[in-house]
Amino acid sequence: MPASDYDSACLPDILPLYYRRLFPFSQYYRWLNYGGVQKNYFQNREFSFTLKDDIYVRYQSFTTQNELEKEMQKMNPYKIDIGAIYSHRPNQHNTVKSGTFQALEKELVFDIDMTDYDDVRSCCSAAEICPKCWTLMTIAIRVLDRALRDDFGFQHLLWVYSGRRGVHCWVCDKAARKLSVAARSAVAEYLSLVKGGDETMKKVVLSDPIHPFIRESLVVVERYFPLYALQDQDILGRKESVDKHLHVRKQLQQDFQNEKKPENRWNLLKDQAKRKQATSKKGQHFEKEIMLQYCYPRLDVNVSKGVNHLLKSPFSVHPKTGRISVPIDLKELETFDPFAVPTISMICEELDRPRTVEEEDKSEETIDKENEKDAAESRKIRDYKRTSLAKYVKCFDQFLDVMARSWKGELLKKSDLQKDF
Amino acid sequence: MQFSSRTKKFTTNSQTELYSHPLLFYVQPPLENISLVEFETFAVERLKLLKTIENLGVSYVKLSDQYIKKLEAESKALNFLYRTEATGLLPNGGSETLVYTTEVDLFRYRFNDLYPKQKLEFLHRNNLQYDTISVEEKKALHDKLVSSSYAFSGITVEDQDFYKVPFQDALDLVRLRKVYLKAGYVYIPHQEIVTIVLNDFRTRLSKALALTARSLPAVHSDERLQPLLNHLSHAYVGQDYSNQKNVGKISLEQIDSLSGKSFPLCMRQIHQSLRENHHLRHGGRMQYGLFLKGIGLSLEQALQFWRSEFIKGKVDADKFDKAYAYSIRHMFGKEGKRTDYTPYSCMKVILSNAPSQGDYHGCPFRHSDPELLKQKLQVYKVSPSGIIQILELIKGMHYQLACQKYFELTHNVEEASFSLNHPNQYFIESQKVLAGGRDIKRETDAPQKPQENSTKAPSAAPEAAANTQDVAEMTEELDSFFQDA
Repeated sequence: MPASDYDSACLPDILPLYYRRLFPFSQYYRWLNYGGVQKNYFQNREFSFTLKDDIYVRYQSFTTQNELEKEMQKMNPYKIDIGAIYSHRPNQHNTVKSGTFQALEKELVFDIDMTDYDDVRSCCSAAEICPKCWTLMTIAIRVLDRALRDDFGFQHLLWVYSGRRGVHCWVCDKAARKLSVAARSAVAEYLSLVKGGDETMKKVVLSDPIHPFIRESLVVVERYFPLYALQDQDILGRKESVDKHLHVRKQLQQDFQNEKKPENRWNLLKDQAKRKQATSKKGQHFEKEIMLQYCYPRLDVNVSKGVNHLLKSPFSVHPKTGRISVPIDLKELETFDPFAVPTISMICEELDRPRTVEEEDKSEETIDKENEKDAAESRKIRDYKRTSLAKYVKCFDQFLDVMARSWKGELLKKSDLQKDF
Repeated sequence: MQFSSRTKKFTTNSQTELYSHPLLFYVQPPLENISLVEFETFAVERLKLLKTIENLGVSYVKLSDQYIKKLEAESKALNFLYRTEATGLLPNGGSETLVYTTEVDLFRYRFNDLYPKQKLEFLHRNNLQYDTISVEEKKALHDKLVSSSYAFSGITVEDQDFYKVPFQDALDLVRLRKVYLKAGYVYIPHQEIVTIVLNDFRTRLSKALALTARSLPAVHSDERLQPLLNHLSHAYVGQDYSNQKNVGKISLEQIDSLSGKSFPLCMRQIHQSLRENHHLRHGGRMQYGLFLKGIGLSLEQALQFWRSEFIKGKVDADKFDKAYAYSIRHMFGKEGKRTDYTPYSCMKVILSNAPSQGDYHGCPFRHSDPELLKQKLQVYKVSPSGIIQILELIKGMHYQLACQKYFELTHNVEEASFSLNHPNQYFIESQKVLAGGRDIKRETDAPQKPQENSTKAPSAAPEAAANTQDVAEMTEELDSFFQDA
């Protein structure tokens, strides 16, 4: 369905439908409750809502999944953000003695935004994206996912499409949630290679020895560089990039006249660099620096640093595009298409589709099995399954299943300790 | 800390065991009682030392030879000082951080000075037990370990024990990517263990500072200590340019011309990009917004200023009022926890919140490409020889001196009569020069006193402090010392 069918003016009408029949509340609660291992974890979590007319409310908190559902269905937020777990219930923070209400824990998060790459993409700028520059997100996910798992030892990573121009990563390991501000900032800086603002031309500077982390990241970048930079962005064909970053000498520019294929031009450029490297110490890592400057992930350290930072929630709707912030299945990363992500209008429309005969039979079967459950309730639970949202909720389920194993271990440990008394 | 107790005699040897190791970890507060006079003396000495270190820190590469030599020159006072720690001296937020970072610097220097045997002893005393990795594992990781830091040669890897430390305990090494990190553990050779120790020190110092801050009300209510503490705090940190004495003296129409004449380069640059793009990201808004507050813009003026500029861009009035106005009011202490934020000092601009793609804040002498900076200075009509001088200073990492040189060149004075450490200071000094056509000779604001010359060299116990009623005199000496610094 073309995205042009979504109009933000329709939100007041379809948001109630979304929250009543499609938002995956039970999975959502399963996630944020973290197995009930820590007391009051869900109750002390801050949510913030952006309501109609840009009204922004912070310090929302809920005691149960049911309360969360009811409130969201009442308020129909345009945007939902998730914040930290505090020392007290956020919605009671005004009653707490000043200075004692504190953010204690939160997932370690990363926000990769396409606008941060404007100086190295020529196809789009600002909030626009296209298949050519989307590769940057693929690269970012691969590099960071590897580093967070292999280097830092994290295991429970949830990658989410932001709905417009970027991706978020939620690192949900217990150790990650307990990280201090200093630790989060250290992790973010370890992962940062591209530094400098508009005033800086050379944003990546490498020196010997090349740290193993950089080597591993280069392995990923090298895989995508030819497609992204040489081909899609055509950096060796555009005067701008050639002049700005690549210091292509006159001689080489003449050679370029005879050689139009980007890969071959790149080889010529590398040869030029090699010759320079033989004579002077400078430029030892020229090609690597170029590849990294064009492709390496750019993350906003400030987003990752703060324990109390509020970040867009998965399954939240993006008001401008209508797209749902869906989890990204890394097994299908290469084929992930942000333009195929369902919009809220799309999935609401899918709900209205008449049920097929098979679907009717299936639902009858399961209702028989669930005699105790309210029939309407169970029908509602299965509603998202009839829409394009289904596969994303499934991806989320799989993520939760893996994490749940660690909660089991925690709960066992806890009960063991208690038995000792 | 026993500050609430009154003047008592100096107890001795039962404590010497505690202090027998040349380094302290601040686990135990000093248990001795000291006289008020001694307290003042030590506090002053400590502050002078810390201030010297702070001044050194920004202009010298840490732990370079010159830095160490300077530290050694101060070390006479060190041993004595470590016995009676005035850590909890400065309760104000900003100065606490400065005390904290300089204390850490000092500790790092002292730890590196220890013999390896003492280092080991220190580790064990303080319960830092980390596992070493087996020879097989070392072999398997050999290449990775060698390439993880320029300090590690193949020999280092073979000779030394490598410890496996959780990354949370070695954040500095992780942040700068100075070690090999795998599955959440960093692999550190014995020689690098100082960084781990430092982290531990930081945590304990932080806790100690927090603890003393909590007990500070008792200390603060002590009338004898109160004036000294207040003055020390103020003298140490120096002006923070947050006072609102000059509110309303600047009109919005003046800003454009002021930006060319009296703004330091960083603010001039931000202002220009704001005018060009009709927008500024958060980092720039903070740095510039607070600066404007410091030069005297009122909240109403600030709101008008930012609003009129942003409206020219992609932001409509409505959106501005909803999104950006809040953060400006926040800057003025009118929202949230109502902190009245102080304008950023040069140290803060240089060291924290580096600009990234799309940002225009930071310190141009630190964060701009030298080539681009050169072009910019040419546009601003700085002489070629002046530009060369500035670039030289930048190479030596003397960013504030480079800015000072920029001041001298653009104001046509041979030598600035101040030591630049704050953008608002730049502004004030610039306005002074433009208004008064003043002499270059320095004029101190503190009254001249005959004792002033003798206090230029740090002495262990200024005689003037013998009488506690001479607090006023001592604070004046302190003032002049910090002006000299």
